[in-house]
Amino acid sequence: MTNTKPLLKIRDLQVDGISDETRSRIINKVSLDLYPGEVLGLIGESGAGKSTLGLAGMGFTRDGCEIVGGSIEFDGIDLVNSTVEKRRQLLGSRIAYVAQSAAASFNPSHKIINQHTEAPVFHRKFSRIDAETDAINLYRRLRLPQPEMIGFRYPHQLSGGQLQRAMTAMAMSCRPDLIIFDEPTTALDVTTQIEVLSAIRDIVEQFSTAAIYITHDLAVVAQMADRIKVLLRGDEVEENTTRAMLKSPRESYTKSLWAVRSFERKQKPPAKTGATPVISLKNVTAAYAMNDPVVCDVSFDIHAGRTVAVVGESGSGKSTTARCITGLLPPLTGSISFDGTALQPDYRQRSNEQLRQMQMIYQMADTALNPRKKIGEIIGRPVEFYLGLTGREKRRRVEELLAQIELEPTEFVDRYPAEISGGQKQRIGIARALAAEPKFIICDEVTSALDQLVAEGILRLLTDLQDKMQLSFMLITHDLSTVRAIADEVVVMKDGLVVESGPKNDMFKPPHHAYTDLLLSSVPNMDPDWLDNLLASRGVDNIGDAAIEKMNEN
Amino acid sequence: MGILSIILKRLGLGVLTLFLVSIIIFMAVNMLPGDFAQALLGQAATPEAVAAIRADLGLDRPIASRYFDWLIGAARGDFGTSFAQANFSAYVGENSSSNYGSVATQLAPRFANTVFLASVTAVIAIPISLIIGILAALYRYSVFDRVANVSTLTSISSPEFFVAYILILVLAVLNPLLPSLSNIFDGMSFGERLEKTLLPALTLTLVVTAHMMRMTRAAIINLLASPYIEMARLKGLSPFRVIVVHALPNALAPIINVVALNLAYLITGVVVVEVVFVYPGIGQLFVDSVKIRDIPVVQACCMVFASAYILLNLLADIMAILSNPRLRMPK
Repeated sequence: MTNTKPLLKIRDLQVDGISDETRSRIINKVSLDLYPGEVLGLIGESGAGKSTLGLAGMGFTRDGCEIVGGSIEFDGIDLVNSTVEKRRQLLGSRIAYVAQSAAASFNPSHKIINQHTEAPVFHRKFSRIDAETDAINLYRRLRLPQPEMIGFRYPHQLSGGQLQRAMTAMAMSCRPDLIIFDEPTTALDVTTQIEVLSAIRDIVEQFSTAAIYITHDLAVVAQMADRIKVLLRGDEVEENTTRAMLKSPRESYTKSLWAVRSFERKQKPPAKTGATPVISLKNVTAAYAMNDPVVCDVSFDIHAGRTVAVVGESGSGKSTTARCITGLLPPLTGSISFDGTALQPDYRQRSNEQLRQMQMIYQMADTALNPRKKIGEIIGRPVEFYLGLTGREKRRRVEELLAQIELEPTEFVDRYPAEISGGQKQRIGIARALAAEPKFIICDEVTSALDQLVAEGILRLLTDLQDKMQLSFMLITHDLSTVRAIADEVVVMKDGLVVESGPKNDMFKPPHHAYTDLLLSSVPNMDPDWLDNLLASRGVDNIGDAAIEKMNEN
Repeated sequence: MGILSIILKRLGLGVLTLFLVSIIIFMAVNMLPGDFAQALLGQAATPEAVAAIRADLGLDRPIASRYFDWLIGAARGDFGTSFAQANFSAYVGENSSSNYGSVATQLAPRFANTVFLASVTAVIAIPISLIIGILAALYRYSVFDRVANVSTLTSISSPEFFVAYILILVLAVLNPLLPSLSNIFDGMSFGERLEKTLLPALTLTLVVTAHMMRMTRAAIINLLASPYIEMARLKGLSPFRVIVVHALPNALAPIINVVALNLAYLITGVVVVEVVFVYPGIGQLFVDSVKIRDIPVVQACCMVFASAYILLNLLADIMAILSNPRLRMPK
């Protein structure tokens, strides 16, 4: 490829973000070459500037961002200094964009196919009729169900995975030379992710389109990219071909990214037979609307000092089960007991002591902390409410808790949630749960909104606390690497039913229930040949929705 | 839930609201100090004369029975007989049951005039507000945006009679383009009628534009940060197309609501403008009837106002549902 000219050439690009009166550098002198037909992976944590760089490759900056230095050349056209009109002619027609959340990026007011044909008609690439025929053709190639009809539906009538494929089809509508994929599978379940990945890869290869693939997931980028560039807070860390990068990362930051995935705690021995479980669910069935149970006949035990991971995709009933345990949603039938005593179904009828023993940590630490309260007040509230401590004693207890979650008390106690990072917020969420001195904590997707390095820190903290205080955790997650890292037992849920449960070590060894198998095999692996091998062994019709449909038929 | 069942449910609620409003109106009107008999007889009122007139009009019956008689009549479209007209027809020798003095015959032409004025205003004001709102959103924070905001806010902040007199000065006195009096009568051609109505309609346009225009602008700008707007921009579409095709359809619900509210205002709240232009609308009739305690007319006007509010809001809800595919076509 060295003898051809690069399609996209970025040199020493500098982008500033402006909020209020302050400027901050988002991209700091990053250069990039992309040749026709090549896929470049951009990886890094949140705030690394991946999306900003990707959009800059289109000559586009979001409101509040400004290119302050460097050059961007697309096929010989200067994107920094050209007119708005000229750049607009390229967008959609020669450079296309696939966004992270297709559900939010399709206009809810228009049918899918009308949004698909909009760019080709507007740019006068195809007539409306040709564009429509082509759309149906692309839908078929991307293996969307009912390709002739699906475009005539509204976005809310499609599933997340279908929308993401329809968006990839839309990006292809003008046969662009370059597509920017901005985290296209991050919002999807693993079984759905894999079909979108294989569809994207197929279509990019078929039309030999160049692509920039932005993600924070190393295993995903390993499947998609020819070369990988690692970014850290706007700086380039290193760049290499995918295989070389995976085999021998040079920089220590890259190595630390690679190492995260290896954190794994040994499974604890199973509880003695006859031991009283801390939490025991027996045949719990619950529903939000009558006759439409979301959770069906669910039974499992959680023992002292153990972590039970409840695994499943969105809509499988994991969080609903947690709501039953906490008493927020009284179950229709079945019973829940704590330390051997049956709990009232409704939390309002439970004693203060029972409520204290059971705490929750939430997925979005951002929204779970009151933005108008200081950290000291957020943690101090349960200390006062459950333990009756006030004044100096309360202050001391709060500082103790902050020390437990490895944050310097004097530094954090008077800050507001807006003044701390995402990982620190999640630690405050943990401290608030610990403040009640509970026996049992429900962790609802506590790491899924965090970067991998930060998430690992949280998982390590949770396991340390568990060992020190004999806590029991119910870990709700869809991420199997989290399960592998800290769970002792696993419960797999699908459509409100428990399909399989058992100790962790057994779960990661065959044989499995077909669904568990599908879930496990759909988790991307760091091996760049993983997707090829999987497709070769399972076939394109045995991944994602198609596989689940087959399973439901049997 | 289908749209039809939603509409039926809203209609049912509308009827219930109307019923409650009718009770409140009846009670409130009956609590007004003084009554028709006293207002008619003035200082010459002797207790006997007052009692005689009250008995004649049925005002001495208990309030509950009067209410139900009135309600049953109103449900059949018969709002009773105007006291003032009944009195008059008694003089000219007709009996009060003849159609001459019924509230309905008195109200109908006035109501038609009001609806005509409201329609003319709406036809002018709604497109203007939407266009200015869209342009203000498109060129937000520009000089155009600021001028549009300041001028519409100025016109809504000035008293209506002031706006009306300024328009009369400019369009009727200094440049005699339009008549300053809107004396409308039966048998006028549509063109004449329109010409006479134009000046009050323009006044009202200046009054209602600010609301609708600012809501259009705000609703559109509110959406500009959404991912699908960014997607539309990244497709290389022109800014105008992004706003009209991608933002506007999703901003319709709040805009429709404000339009409905303003239309309801045009039907119920334009007394001042009617007085300034001597326009024979329902507002003037209402005020005159309150002055002489002509209770049946006051009650009928109130019911018409309440129905207009309820119907227009119902219509706004239905249109908001129709503009949203999520509600229009469930999964």
